[in-house]
Amino acid sequence: MTAIEGTPAVQEHVRATVGSSRAGGRYAPRWVRRLGNGLLNGWAVVAYVYLFAPIVVIVIFSFNNLNGITHPFNYTWRGFTFSNWAHPFGKFPELGRAMVESLKIAFIASLVATVMGSLVAIALSRYRFRGGAVVNLLLVLPLTTPEICLGSSLLTLFLTRGVALGFVTILIAHIMFCVSFVALTVKARIRGFDWTLEDAAMDLGAPPLRTFRKVTMPLIMPGVIAAFMLSFSLSIDDYIITVFNAGNTVTFPIQIFTEQKIAVPPQIDVLASMILFVSIALIGGGTAFRLLRENRLRST
Amino acid sequence: MAGEAQRKGGFTPYALLAPGMIWLILFFMLPVWFLLQTALSKADAVGNTSFVWKWSNFSDSWSLYQHQYLLSFRYAFIATLLCIAIGYPLAYAIAFRGGRYKNLLLGLVVVPFFTSYLVRTLAWKTILQDQGPFVRMLRDIHVLSANGHLLSTSWAVIGGLTYNFLPFMVLPIYVSLEKIDVRLLDAARDLFSNPFRAFRKVVLPLSLPGIFAGSLLVFIPAAGDFVNSALLGSPQTRMIGNVVQGNFLETLDYPSAAAISFVLMAIITVLVLGYSKLLGTEDLTV
Repeated sequence: MTAIEGTPAVQEHVRATVGSSRAGGRYAPRWVRRLGNGLLNGWAVVAYVYLFAPIVVIVIFSFNNLNGITHPFNYTWRGFTFSNWAHPFGKFPELGRAMVESLKIAFIASLVATVMGSLVAIALSRYRFRGGAVVNLLLVLPLTTPEICLGSSLLTLFLTRGVALGFVTILIAHIMFCVSFVALTVKARIRGFDWTLEDAAMDLGAPPLRTFRKVTMPLIMPGVIAAFMLSFSLSIDDYIITVFNAGNTVTFPIQIFTEQKIAVPPQIDVLASMILFVSIALIGGGTAFRLLRENRLRST
Repeated sequence: MAGEAQRKGGFTPYALLAPGMIWLILFFMLPVWFLLQTALSKADAVGNTSFVWKWSNFSDSWSLYQHQYLLSFRYAFIATLLCIAIGYPLAYAIAFRGGRYKNLLLGLVVVPFFTSYLVRTLAWKTILQDQGPFVRMLRDIHVLSANGHLLSTSWAVIGGLTYNFLPFMVLPIYVSLEKIDVRLLDAARDLFSNPFRAFRKVVLPLSLPGIFAGSLLVFIPAAGDFVNSALLGSPQTRMIGNVVQGNFLETLDYPSAAAISFVLMAIITVLVLGYSKLLGTEDLTV
């Protein structure tokens, strides 16, 4: 609600000519606005309930007591237990193995993709050169192609060239779709940076490597770290592209998908909850760290 | 683009681009060529393929799987509409009513998607199952008949698609709403516009790029998805993704699978190129 400015006499004049903000003009009556706000907020609450319903189910059902059942299906509640959390891999060692495999792939793929993607982002935001539009298109297209097409076309490449499917082919696939995400994330974060700071450093006698370490790196690092975490979470969670290029290698999502017809043990929910809590902690920690640093920068 | 700070780099930018671009050309562009080649091949009894310009694979893929193509596009379309219906008011509430909690509220939209995609979808199976409280309630209030179910129906699949791709709708809409200068709304009000009219004439047009971008980002993965149909659906809800997956990885009928995959890719690429001609690619990348 914007107040009318000026002396009381002026306000009176404005009100008389324009009409009161309460009743006059074509302003909606207050109850209509209240109702509108109420509906909007209510809708938002419903949307959040929808978003969090499965998450709540996952956390609750990670405590479901399905002990003693050979092929447990964690769909109905049968009682509370801590044993799933105490032995997350106990009866289902293949879940743990698949998880380790997924972590390895996610780590290597994100590392490689982050380096390559960040270089692309630096080139795009810092230099003027021919072909920028083509590069941008080539970055966006993998994101706007259905995963099933990415996965299956890569499979035809490997099949035709006789490449054995496995750990390496999964890595190749994951690096491919992560590079685009990294390049676009870093590009968005470093848009509008003042690259002349580098010139300043060089003018002051800093050699190129030192300039990169002391000026460029600190500038781009937050974007690069965010991009690494994004790639990591995309890679560890990917099923559709991975299943086409996995051969006999079993990642966590592949393990879940192939086993879900035979058994859905509550340990799956334990691992999913762990992933959730770790990522919330990472994001929360990252945000807190950033706020602290910004505060410190502001106070110095 | 940073404009003035940008410089001519001669060879340097190409050197920086090279590793990433070569990777994308080798493992994104080149495979499309092999996909096409496989789609034009014939398979012998043991599954070996040989290239023979077999164009009939394409016509066969359409005549055999027309139903699954159309079903996929219908599911993806309905899921996109539902995402707009759920996501737009949510993004609006965060952008204009969020105040100092904006970032937190936006973060909450993304948090559920840090758990595994498959586990999330399995959790919907728990929620929608026949013995669950949700289905019992719907039966009690006669939304479902006494022995009706949700699991294995089209609605379960559409619900799963909507859920899994909702953030891709909320984020671009939020970004476009966030860019709107609030003074425009004050101006509309000062010019005697009521809130609904101000929304229709000011906010909605300015947020259209976000809606378009979100629609593509939901429609594309939804149209190619097979996980939701496989976990929440039934053979009647088989989508085109399920056919590609089945033909590639189960029946090993590579040419037919490649043809279907290629057609799907072509349709989507035409959609995307049309979109970027109209609105540019900036909004797609948030």
